[in-house]
Amino acid sequence: MYRSQFALRQFEKRAYDLFLENYVKGTSHLSIGQEAIAAGVAAAMRPTDWTFATYRGHAHTLARGVPMTPVFAELMGRTNGLMAGKGGSMHLTSVEHGVMGSYAIIGAHLPIACGAAWSAQYRGTDQVAVAFFGDGSTNIGAFHEALNLAAVWKLPVIFFCENNLWMEYTRTSEVTAVANPAADRASAYGLASIIIDGNDADEVYEVTAEAIERARAGDGPSMIEAKTYRHGGHSRADPGKYRPDEELAEWLAKDPIPRYRTRLLEAGVSEDELRAIEVEVDAEVDRATEEAKLGGVPGEDLLLKDVWADGGGAWRN
Amino acid sequence: MAQLTFREAIARGIAQEMRRDESVVLLGEDVGAAGGVFKGTVGLLEEFGGVRVRDTPISEQAILGAAMGASMTGLRPIAEIMFSDFFAVCWDIVANEIAKSRYMTNGQMSFPLVIRSGNGGGLRFGAQHSQSVENWAMMIPGLKVVVPSNARDVIGLMAAAVRDPDPVIFLEAKALYASKMDVPDGEIVDTLGSAKVLRQGANATVVALGAMVPRALEAAEELSANGIDCTVVDVRSLVPLDTMTLLREVSATGRLFTVEENPRLCGWGAELVSIIADEIFYDLDGPIVRITTPHIPLPAADSLEDLAIPSVERIVTTIHKAMNS
Repeated sequence: MYRSQFALRQFEKRAYDLFLENYVKGTSHLSIGQEAIAAGVAAAMRPTDWTFATYRGHAHTLARGVPMTPVFAELMGRTNGLMAGKGGSMHLTSVEHGVMGSYAIIGAHLPIACGAAWSAQYRGTDQVAVAFFGDGSTNIGAFHEALNLAAVWKLPVIFFCENNLWMEYTRTSEVTAVANPAADRASAYGLASIIIDGNDADEVYEVTAEAIERARAGDGPSMIEAKTYRHGGHSRADPGKYRPDEELAEWLAKDPIPRYRTRLLEAGVSEDELRAIEVEVDAEVDRATEEAKLGGVPGEDLLLKDVWADGGGAWRN
Repeated sequence: MAQLTFREAIARGIAQEMRRDESVVLLGEDVGAAGGVFKGTVGLLEEFGGVRVRDTPISEQAILGAAMGASMTGLRPIAEIMFSDFFAVCWDIVANEIAKSRYMTNGQMSFPLVIRSGNGGGLRFGAQHSQSVENWAMMIPGLKVVVPSNARDVIGLMAAAVRDPDPVIFLEAKALYASKMDVPDGEIVDTLGSAKVLRQGANATVVALGAMVPRALEAAEELSANGIDCTVVDVRSLVPLDTMTLLREVSATGRLFTVEENPRLCGWGAELVSIIADEIFYDLDGPIVRITTPHIPLPAADSLEDLAIPSVERIVTTIHKAMNS
């Protein structure tokens, strides 16, 4: 999990640089500071399980094993991108890795994850769906509709709230009726209130693994609220200046990656081993960046492609 | 051959597909034990059981989200949105999620699902339970839109919609639920994107959809007694649109009248008129006339609702006047 967290961090740092160099257009939402969640949850999942991510989904996509090159290339809008440039940063999807989409409308994917879980239940597979969402999603209708349906139908779905304390530019507590936006609502749907340290990959892994086990056993959904913090702003356009310096400093001190590194050193892993992982990851980021840049620019052949299942875009004869 | 109401045809059409394919499931408010508020799903719970026919909470986003998630992972759900006006509370799932996700993922995902919904007026339900929203659906890239006008077509188009690999919005004209016709026994399977010529005439072409089709036919009978012989085409499918049939039939008479239940602005007829103007303008012998509901929320009082929705009388008068001016 150290490699995974470190890779997510280095990938996103590079993605930010690529923005500054104008290789990446549009917007992007980084999850620097929240890597323990993507890494911990992915480690608890089987390859056949499904992830439903948000527009802040680079980490969740990579953590499931999607290679860096097509993700960089997708951010750059190239033909070797994960979706050939048609989706972009906010819609990363890789069905072959169980990454069933990144959804950029707040809360929309929660009922969709319920549908996938319903399909697993109906077909008698033991697949589980995990839906990630932020604290902001807990105040939208789809969140409540999804939780109720999942509870009533006992669906094998895990609702994973990454509470980074800020709902875009607004402090979550100022616009939310309860202190713990997800966990305090769990009882409304007959679910246990689970709050964890989202900056501790081991804790994330363990609690998620238990929830997944319950789901596979037919015991229905769980909701987990993980406290965490994004080191940067909401999106590319946001320097995050509205946050008090002390708060940022406090959370930088709880950075999941140095913390996990220290834990491994204390457990007897050598500095050399960790350095070797870091050197490998950095080389991978460099290589993937260059490979992504070699991709072609999507052209007219892609414009009308795949509106329909026949591969085309015709709406008339 | 059996006489069947439009509402009975819905249950028969769904049952036909559920018997054939175990991946077909049905979900929605009151679709199971109650048999649907319009009695369109009577008997399905009894035949297929509660695992395949699922009553849901009043949660339209959850209904369509569940249908979408199920369809991307191997099922073929038929979801019901009770009144098409309610699309407004789950339009994100329809327009942003279901419609766009195949394209955005470069074809990685398929959404073989059908969303059925009671559409349009005629039942004096007022503005929030009576609107014709076919044009909402038609304007979203990635959605197919089907509107049957009779019991036989309900079965055939339902089969085509369920078997189609793309998401299909299946709009059932509420005003037609009680209408009856003789329907052949056995399996009926239609094709999406095929308009049907119901009547051939030399003077004018009347193109209608859903509940407006029987009215257009009745109007054509009256006009024929007055010496105006009309072709009547049932569009049946807005997306894909059978442009070839429509262009051919308009060219043949040189006159086009659309009969649309949707409020006037951006109705499906406007798109058709634009295609005609673009491609067969010089085949026209006179102005194109759209006969629509005015651009208003639909009123509840029977007198007002009847004034709003194109009636047989309004169709006859409008065509008569246009053909004699």
